Amino acid sequence: MKIWILHIAVLLALVLAQLVLPPYHANNLSRILVLAVFAMGYNISFGYAGLLSLGHALLFAAGMYGAGMLVHHAGMPALPALIAGGLAGGAMAGLVGLLALRTAGVSFMIVTLMFAQVGFLSILYFNGVTGGDEGIALTGPQRQILGLDMTQDTPRFWVALILFAIALLVKLALVQSRFGRLMLAMRENEERSRMLGLNPFGIKLKILVISGVFSGVAGAAYALLFGYLGGSFASVQYSILPMLYVLLGGAGTVLGPLLGAGLMFYLVDFTSGLTSAYLMVVGAALVVLVLFAPKGILGTLRERWLPWLP
Amino acid sequence: MMTKEANVFMPSRRAVLAGMGAAGLMTTTGLSRAAMAQGAPMKLGFQLHATGIGASYGRWYQRTADAAAKMINDMGGIGGRPIELVYEDDGTGPKRGAEVVDKLANQHGCEVIFGTLFSHVVMGSAPRAGELKIPYLVCSEGYHVASGALNRWTLQPGITDVRSQIQAMAPWVAANLGKKVTMVFPDYAFGHDHRDFFTAAIAAQGGEVIAHIAVPPTETSFTQYLPQIPAETEVLYHVMVGPGVLTFVKELGEFYGAGAGPKLFGFIDSLEAVDMATPGLEFLEGSHFWEAHSRVKPADAGEHEAAYRAAVGVDDNGASLSDPADVATFSHMFSAWETLFFIKQAMEASGYAGPADRQKLVETMEGISDLPYGVERPQGAKMFNGKTHQAFGTQNISQVQGGKLVRVHQTTMADGAYDDAVDYTAMSF
Amino acid sequence: MEGLVKAAVLALTAVGLSLVFGVMRVVNVAHGAFFMLGAVLAWTVAQYVPGDPMFGWFAALLIAPAIVAAIAATADTFVLKRLNYDPEATIVATIGLLYILEQAALSLFGPDAKPVPAPFNIRLQLPWFGYSGYKIFVVFAAVAVLLAVWWFMTRTRAGLVMRATQVDRQTARAFGINVDRVYAGVFALGAGLAAIAAVLLVPISQAHYLMGGDPLLLSFIVVIIGGLGSLRGTLVAALIIGLSDGVISMFWSPTLAKIIATAAVAMVLVFRPQGLFGARA
Repeated sequence: MKIWILHIAVLLALVLAQLVLPPYHANNLSRILVLAVFAMGYNISFGYAGLLSLGHALLFAAGMYGAGMLVHHAGMPALPALIAGGLAGGAMAGLVGLLALRTAGVSFMIVTLMFAQVGFLSILYFNGVTGGDEGIALTGPQRQILGLDMTQDTPRFWVALILFAIALLVKLALVQSRFGRLMLAMRENEERSRMLGLNPFGIKLKILVISGVFSGVAGAAYALLFGYLGGSFASVQYSILPMLYVLLGGAGTVLGPLLGAGLMFYLVDFTSGLTSAYLMVVGAALVVLVLFAPKGILGTLRERWLPWLP
Repeated sequence: MMTKEANVFMPSRRAVLAGMGAAGLMTTTGLSRAAMAQGAPMKLGFQLHATGIGASYGRWYQRTADAAAKMINDMGGIGGRPIELVYEDDGTGPKRGAEVVDKLANQHGCEVIFGTLFSHVVMGSAPRAGELKIPYLVCSEGYHVASGALNRWTLQPGITDVRSQIQAMAPWVAANLGKKVTMVFPDYAFGHDHRDFFTAAIAAQGGEVIAHIAVPPTETSFTQYLPQIPAETEVLYHVMVGPGVLTFVKELGEFYGAGAGPKLFGFIDSLEAVDMATPGLEFLEGSHFWEAHSRVKPADAGEHEAAYRAAVGVDDNGASLSDPADVATFSHMFSAWETLFFIKQAMEASGYAGPADRQKLVETMEGISDLPYGVERPQGAKMFNGKTHQAFGTQNISQVQGGKLVRVHQTTMADGAYDDAVDYTAMSF
Repeated sequence: MEGLVKAAVLALTAVGLSLVFGVMRVVNVAHGAFFMLGAVLAWTVAQYVPGDPMFGWFAALLIAPAIVAAIAATADTFVLKRLNYDPEATIVATIGLLYILEQAALSLFGPDAKPVPAPFNIRLQLPWFGYSGYKIFVVFAAVAVLLAVWWFMTRTRAGLVMRATQVDRQTARAFGINVDRVYAGVFALGAGLAAIAAVLLVPISQAHYLMGGDPLLLSFIVVIIGGLGSLRGTLVAALIIGLSDGVISMFWSPTLAKIIATAAVAMVLVFRPQGLFGARA
């Protein structure tokens, strides 16, 4: 009960934040929420099930292009395209999983990295369709979701918040369910779960597909809400970012990805206002943070004071 | 008063809200421009590639824009108001680019945003500029504006686009270097623009591209592609971008040696910010380059050339006054200068007083067509096409002689003209 | 030939990572930054040494790795050790380190690509085209470096200690080995090797503050395909990857070849998850 109250409270706080924040920060919040959905997807596979992937940019891009291509080339309305983006992310995750889940540990990391690299190069190569590195800008009429205009800050925030809320509650329900415990079993002791008659490959594949749907929805939403899709979102940097968000906020915590995404965003935003050498400050901040909270912020909080935190 | 200080300055939320309130007050109460001249300086936002792959350019764009702003302030500012440039780094990426547009408009309260070079940053940022309804003036030479891919708020008044540049070059190449051309280009959008436009342009001159050699984007060594250059090639057209360029030229030199090879024609994009005296580049002696703005001051340079160079801090070889090895991105950075003067011209012509006049400002810009040579436009006269939001100017072809780029030909504006692909004035704001 | 050069480049950049990865089981994201630092320092040193480029280059070969190794040892002592080499925390810390080093290079060295002259300039004129003599030298240098590392690991006491730590950290400690010092040494050695690779390679590429990205990815791929901690595997994997896209590009356009080659190499891992020469965990 305590847990559900906490998460509803977080959502209410976000609503309140949108109302009081000046436009720049309110719009940043929309971006952070979408990125947090991506990070939550990453957290499901990495934080809970221990699958360290370096290829999630591929899943984000699958959603981004799955939706963007349908809207741009086929004239599909935005809402079905958003759903298609989620499915594209899930399907891509399934495909990658079928192959990559034959490996584990660092090999899994590298195989996912290489598949993502294949995806990235393909987007650049087929730029007649994808727009390549230059990308494609979507127009206003292409960005209407159920009559809400995604070129306006307020409706955009509501869509971002609704997506985030759905993702948050689904994820919370997921980790509290029997399947959630299976996920932890994959991380903690795969061998034992096998001896108990479970099928680790099947479970991990399911986890990865769920993670892919989250990532795909986030990618599709990023394209539709902010009006741009481009090859750079498929680059390795966008595989590292969700990992960074998750590790900062706390791997295996439900709210960690949101905290990590917000923190990283404002770390860059704030320090770039202080000095042109802001990357050094960001780097130093990461080092300091990890020294004092090696399990991420919420992970460390849970370890020390709040053992009930999901 | 600008740059570093402006960079460090980050207003609190309250200051911004107060500032916006003040701006709103001024427009509603209809204060005269003269009254505002005594007020706070007008802020203009600059989207800067300070880090990331565009950092070489960003440094020079900033120096050029600072110099232009200083000159404008010395001339009395814009409409009597002093200006202040606010720089925000976009990391040369589209994601941060859009965020920076947001920050400059909403947080810093800038009147307009300009200065973006890399195409993917332009593409990623333009939608946000359109949403905020803030004029977004890019300095990118991409074909994205004139192709119609962007919106009513995005204009490119300070530099000719790549399609026009290539088209203007092709007749000279066909007439002076040869008609059988092999192209070497990076295998992504930037290279594909060159591939498509040049192939068509040379065909129109009765020439032919006999081989397209597309180099994968992640490649750092090019030797394995050089044997694919057909032996009967008369002209090797090369365009590369980024730090791999030096390697490419060096490997080309190793490949052909002193023996007879095809004539080389390249886009200076390859060697912007690179000293022609760099070891390994001896091989380029005698070869030709496109330059938008001659790096080495031509003997017959226009009267405003010296003032421009002095203001930016560039010597007659196109290098920094303080360090002759620090070579400018000379063929691109003038666009930051010219764009700022274009903003001044349009703001003064439209009687711009504040954000409420932004639409009027864009309409005024669309009405401008003749941009004559002057200190505002050291690169040369331009025609601005209000329908396609794109400026068209003259181009230069230079030859490397004794390790220096010497201008040998200048195109006319008519050489680079093509049919409009879009009419932005028919789009809504 | 070009494939062989590519393989040599890969092997050189990967050998340091292989060592760190093998012994410490640490994912060092900053490996590429150490490589970049080596190249940038090589340029700096070459600027200050007058006369023939050869002197500057040799000076760089001594100085750059030493500085980079010192930075790495410091980072290990003050950060990684305190994290207890926890894999996840280490990733964040080395990403932080990467940002710091890249920004430092940007601020101090500038954003432009800078060339470093090769110590000698011999051009081999073949009947139909020319070839750089220095590139051939790089191939031999790669073999020499790999042999030296192999000799160090198998024939010296320090190498023995490192291998012992690799196999079993606890037991090594029980035998009186100072594991902390071993780790700091390995981390410094790995970074130093990255810098040596950079000094060797910078004459055929350029020093640039963002140059660390690609070598990092490629090194990871080479190390994992080769099998963790296996030098022989690293070498074979470098050969396979170096030659594969050359061969495949005979059939398809170069970029398509790169895409196919990447997928093909990934498939090697899918069907041999422990790498070519790794023991099954």
